[in-house]
Amino acid sequence: MADAEQQITQDIIAARHPFLEAWQMFRQNHAAMTALVVLSLIVLGAIFGPMLYPIDPFEMVWAPFSPPGVDGFILGTDYLGRDLLAAIIHGARVSILIGLSAAFVSVFIGVSIGAVAGFYRGWVEEVLMRITEFFQVLPTLLFSMVIVALFGSSLMMITFSIGVVSWTAVARITRSEYLRIRELEYVMASRASGSTDAKLIFKVILPNALPPIIVQAALMVGSAILFEAGLSFLGLTDPNVVSWGQVIGSNRQYILDASYTVTIPGIAIFVTVLCISLVGDGLNDALNPKLRQR
Amino acid sequence: MQDDMTKPIATFENLRVEFQTKTGTVVGVEDVSFEIKPRETVCVVGESGSGKSVSSLSMMRLVEFGGGKLTNGTLKFTRKSGETLDITKSDQSLMRTIRGNEIGMIFQEPMTALNPLFTVAQQLTEGLRTHKGLGKEAATNRALELLYLVRIPEPERRLNQYPHELSGGMRQRVVIAMALACEPRLLIADEPTTALDVTIQAEILALIDRLKRETGTAVMFITHDMSVVAQMADRVVVMHKGKKVEEGTVEEIFENPKHDYTKSLLAAVPKLGEMKGKLLPEPMRLMGDENTKFKPLTGSNEPLLLVKNLTTRFAVKSGFLRRTVANVHAVEDVSFRLMKGKTLSLVGESGCGKSTVGRSLLRLVEPLSGHVSIDGQDIVSMSPPQLREARLNMQMVFQDPFASLNPQMVLKDQVADPMRNYNTHSGDALDRRVEMLFDRVELPRSFLRRYPHELSGGQRQRVAIARALALNPKLIIADEAVSALDVSVQAQVLNLMLELQSELGLSFLFISHDMAVVERVSHDVGVMYLGRIVEFGPRSKIFENPQHAYTKALLKAVPIADPRQRKSEKELNFKPLASPMHSLDYEAEPSVYEEISEGHFILTTDSGY
Repeated sequence: MADAEQQITQDIIAARHPFLEAWQMFRQNHAAMTALVVLSLIVLGAIFGPMLYPIDPFEMVWAPFSPPGVDGFILGTDYLGRDLLAAIIHGARVSILIGLSAAFVSVFIGVSIGAVAGFYRGWVEEVLMRITEFFQVLPTLLFSMVIVALFGSSLMMITFSIGVVSWTAVARITRSEYLRIRELEYVMASRASGSTDAKLIFKVILPNALPPIIVQAALMVGSAILFEAGLSFLGLTDPNVVSWGQVIGSNRQYILDASYTVTIPGIAIFVTVLCISLVGDGLNDALNPKLRQR
Repeated sequence: MQDDMTKPIATFENLRVEFQTKTGTVVGVEDVSFEIKPRETVCVVGESGSGKSVSSLSMMRLVEFGGGKLTNGTLKFTRKSGETLDITKSDQSLMRTIRGNEIGMIFQEPMTALNPLFTVAQQLTEGLRTHKGLGKEAATNRALELLYLVRIPEPERRLNQYPHELSGGMRQRVVIAMALACEPRLLIADEPTTALDVTIQAEILALIDRLKRETGTAVMFITHDMSVVAQMADRVVVMHKGKKVEEGTVEEIFENPKHDYTKSLLAAVPKLGEMKGKLLPEPMRLMGDENTKFKPLTGSNEPLLLVKNLTTRFAVKSGFLRRTVANVHAVEDVSFRLMKGKTLSLVGESGCGKSTVGRSLLRLVEPLSGHVSIDGQDIVSMSPPQLREARLNMQMVFQDPFASLNPQMVLKDQVADPMRNYNTHSGDALDRRVEMLFDRVELPRSFLRRYPHELSGGQRQRVAIARALALNPKLIIADEAVSALDVSVQAQVLNLMLELQSELGLSFLFISHDMAVVERVSHDVGVMYLGRIVEFGPRSKIFENPQHAYTKALLKAVPIADPRQRKSEKELNFKPLASPMHSLDYEAEPSVYEEISEGHFILTTDSGY
């Protein structure tokens, strides 16, 4: 009798993908939800901002060092009389684009290497992990500076140079997840029922290894934005595109006379990276099965 | 003192425990009352989720650390001084002087109940020094006394060892010594032998029983295993879904159960020796289907699987260059054959290599040498594409129903997966076959679009069986397929397997540590020890006329679900399991068997036992 009742109530609950449950968990995390909203606004601003505020950030529009709010320029002008608001809006595009694509590059490299190493083990793992360790001990900023110095400072190269120095953490996380999951019985069962290696790696293990990788990828976007800011502060980026780091870098001599020219892009970076971290944190809580019910 | 002997040590009165969860209040235990008298073992028995552990944790007031709340009832505990205390109303600082001092607790997992960073002496003396105020020397002397009491071999040496240096059985003895350190009036044992092998389980049970008689503590023994209850209990409390359904002396419960739930629980327990005189396996007679007719499982005498001299070793690697320094001889010169439509069981304790045999057959683990042929095709020499084809005929069902299904895939896809891999069915035919398989294993079709986490253990195991059946295999290797299930679910799944065998003519290689289950389902049995089969033959001969010393020991160790067949500690003296690890230059001798009667073989060369 009781079993029959349980049966019925179970039937009423619709089948839900585990990721859908994670989203419900995420929604209850207020800090992460707020961060997600702010982040969406920033991304929308980066996409549509330049259309709504079509002032060229490289054009001299007014007298230099006009403080925020004076003379109709909301965020003031810099040492060449360029509109700072335009620089922030246009810079957002570049910063976020580089953040996302550099994170994508590093996740791509990291997951490929980690998955192959963790799945095949043996000498394959030894070789790949020694390579990973080699990249881990390189001073990252120096290494990407060398890449940019050698191959030029186009956006592509900058993205690539950031991705190439920051994939090691992803590779290690992916490998450890693969090492754990490959021993589980459902992988063994799938192998016994004729799945090929490629199917095991991509369709069976990868979806189950994703949660920590997603969290790491989210945090990676933030650190890539910071990295790009560091590179452009040193003047190593494409001079023809404006980014937040570049604005800070070009105004750094005037930090004492017109501090707002440095603080405003600094705040933009700070808020964006903070939001990304909070979202990453929320994802971590939501995807972590230990914190989830059942 | 006379008065003391009749006054109960612990009394549960109308206990109710609630848990707050996201989805609302869940009642863990409701209206539970019973008492425990001095020198008495009360077994609290029930299936998972019945609230048996919650009751014991309430007595310790540890349930609050797990999010529970005592919302009603009283828990009376008689202290050493004779005063009676209501545990539900005492504060945590008073409880700290009772826990580990007047109430001792033995936990399930000996591997994790000891702190790996402290020596045995440090952990044993901790309680003595805080509760009894003993000095270092006095406490160490008492610790040594305790180790003698629990009969651990070489107790002096154990004092300065760390937990990882001890075997599982020795660790559990240390845990028991810790629980007894302060001479508790009540000992709570929460599934203390579930994680142990049968021979060690038998020893530990006998130890707890002797300690109870010698020290006069009352024992509250929590278990899911009716056979253990029969061996241990004076009185039994049967719990189901948070409520007490029946209470009585152990004879009353086993011989004259009143409540339907107790009856069904007892019907589901396979009893060793029940199959005496029967030649063929039979399904369990469960409550509610006593009248179903069953086709006898005669099988055939045509061999399906032939295994000859199978050897599998694992290399132990060490050092910077990862050189092989030793070998684990997991499977050593094993030969057997399995007939069409029959079940062969491999039985043995953990580490005997039975699972490795199963995996070597499918080459999920690469065997070192030997021949395996199924329907005349040699598996070991196959190329990877040929092997893939051969796996069509052999499927596997694994032990852990929580790990053997992919959590990110709906059930329909999991069952369809093998058919997609081999392209045997597609489109409508595939959907229909999946539905048919769901019907076959008696799962509702509404489960097709579910994810595994929405199912219970038994339901998951049915899905795993449906998946194994998908390709219409001739052989199913069931690796401890029912070990992780509750008894009533275990009986249903076993019956399902027997039914499928009679209908589809399947052959099973049944790998298990549970002698009673093996006796139920097998035609032939191979007993394994240290990688070798030590005795092989028809089930009736192995169980009724065991010849090898290890088989005899194993059969003696199995607890029998009958309180009139108890074992005493004196009969139980087993050798510790030897290590299957050997240096590189070790030459394993071949296994030589003697046929003592038709089809009944015993190993005559050294088995290590």
